[in-house]
Amino acid sequence: MELTDENKKVLVEPLVENNPITLQVLGICSALAVTSQLSTALIMSLALTTVTAFSSAGIAFVRNHVPSSIRIIAQMVIIASLVIVVDQLLKAFAYEISKQLSVFVGLIITNCIVMGRAEAYAMKNPPWESFLDGIGNGLGYSLILVTVAVIRELFGSGKLLGIDVFPLIKDGGWYVPNGLLLLPPSAFFLIGLIIWAVRTWKPKQVEKADFSIQPAHGAVHGEAH
Amino acid sequence: MEAYINLFIKSVFIENMALSFFLGMCTFIAVSKKIETAVGLGIAVVIVQTLTVPANNLIYTYLLKEDALTWAGIHGVDLSFIALMACIGVIAAIVQILEMVLDRFFPALYNALGIFLPLITVNCAILAGSLFMIERDYNFKESVVYGIGSGFGWALAITAMAGVREKLKYSDVPPGLRGLGITFITAGLMAMGFMAFSGIQL
Repeated sequence: MELTDENKKVLVEPLVENNPITLQVLGICSALAVTSQLSTALIMSLALTTVTAFSSAGIAFVRNHVPSSIRIIAQMVIIASLVIVVDQLLKAFAYEISKQLSVFVGLIITNCIVMGRAEAYAMKNPPWESFLDGIGNGLGYSLILVTVAVIRELFGSGKLLGIDVFPLIKDGGWYVPNGLLLLPPSAFFLIGLIIWAVRTWKPKQVEKADFSIQPAHGAVHGEAH
Repeated sequence: MEAYINLFIKSVFIENMALSFFLGMCTFIAVSKKIETAVGLGIAVVIVQTLTVPANNLIYTYLLKEDALTWAGIHGVDLSFIALMACIGVIAAIVQILEMVLDRFFPALYNALGIFLPLITVNCAILAGSLFMIERDYNFKESVVYGIGSGFGWALAITAMAGVREKLKYSDVPPGLRGLGITFITAGLMAMGFMAFSGIQL
């Protein structure tokens, strides 16, 4: 199927301009929890993108037949069925990784990206556009996830996808691993810094301050006393 | 008894839902601007978690687990793959029932919790509580303790976060970091604080 300009916009916009994690504040839980290794982050991104795309398409497909009072339940059923399929597939073909992801695959059900896109986009748009929107948002999520995971795994243990990149000092190399990056708090710091970087690049996304600090007397004209 | 106290302390501090497993983060970030709303949501989470984890435990043990239907004369059935669907269904139903009960008998509390109750259905800390319970094979008593503990830990974290953010709004944060960015960094520092609890055994 040909992609129109509108389709492309739907697909590309969530990458930076309207990123689900850094701007819409959706789907943060798993973004933080599965990023200590690149392999889990990749699998998680793949799972989430698939679920978002297909659930958006499915929900868009039935959107005109579902009364609005039970729409949440209907969305939940569609999402939960897809997640169960993904969960079972992972258990069958990537058992080790599915053990490491533990409950986080199941938690895709309550991942706000999936629900958020279902409510905000798929309920109002036809299936094909919703599918693309799901892919776009999934990719936006994946972008942040993979960035954080690369930093955490590379600098935290000197490896990428389990392959040595920086030889560690304890194996006779030169790199001293930064243990903090493997611990949970570092994910918060990294995402905070990514948000800072993105917003410096795209000043439009900066939030308004609740209070501004009154400049001291004399400092108004730029002269310090 | 000791084991239960240990489990409680562990689920509140060491394995804090919000700060060491990052669960319920979306609401954690979105609803922590004011202490009052944070406390309201925290209470709602404790109540719902205390009800749903044991309820899911019963359903899992007597209906879904491998050979769980033996009491009904059905052998060799393993329904554990629909545990996800069952859990989320139970959570949605309990939240709905709780909403109606509160509305009917405790209107003051109902009004105080307001929008937060329905939101809890999609709070991943709640679903994760049930999933962890299944993964770790808790029995019924343990699941009650775990439900209360994990809910309380989450409530504690969001209240502390709201306290920090109320002060934070008077500070001079660089423009790009304002709002969401600094909140993440703050949460990171809090998570580091909570890491000090790791390794505590009673």
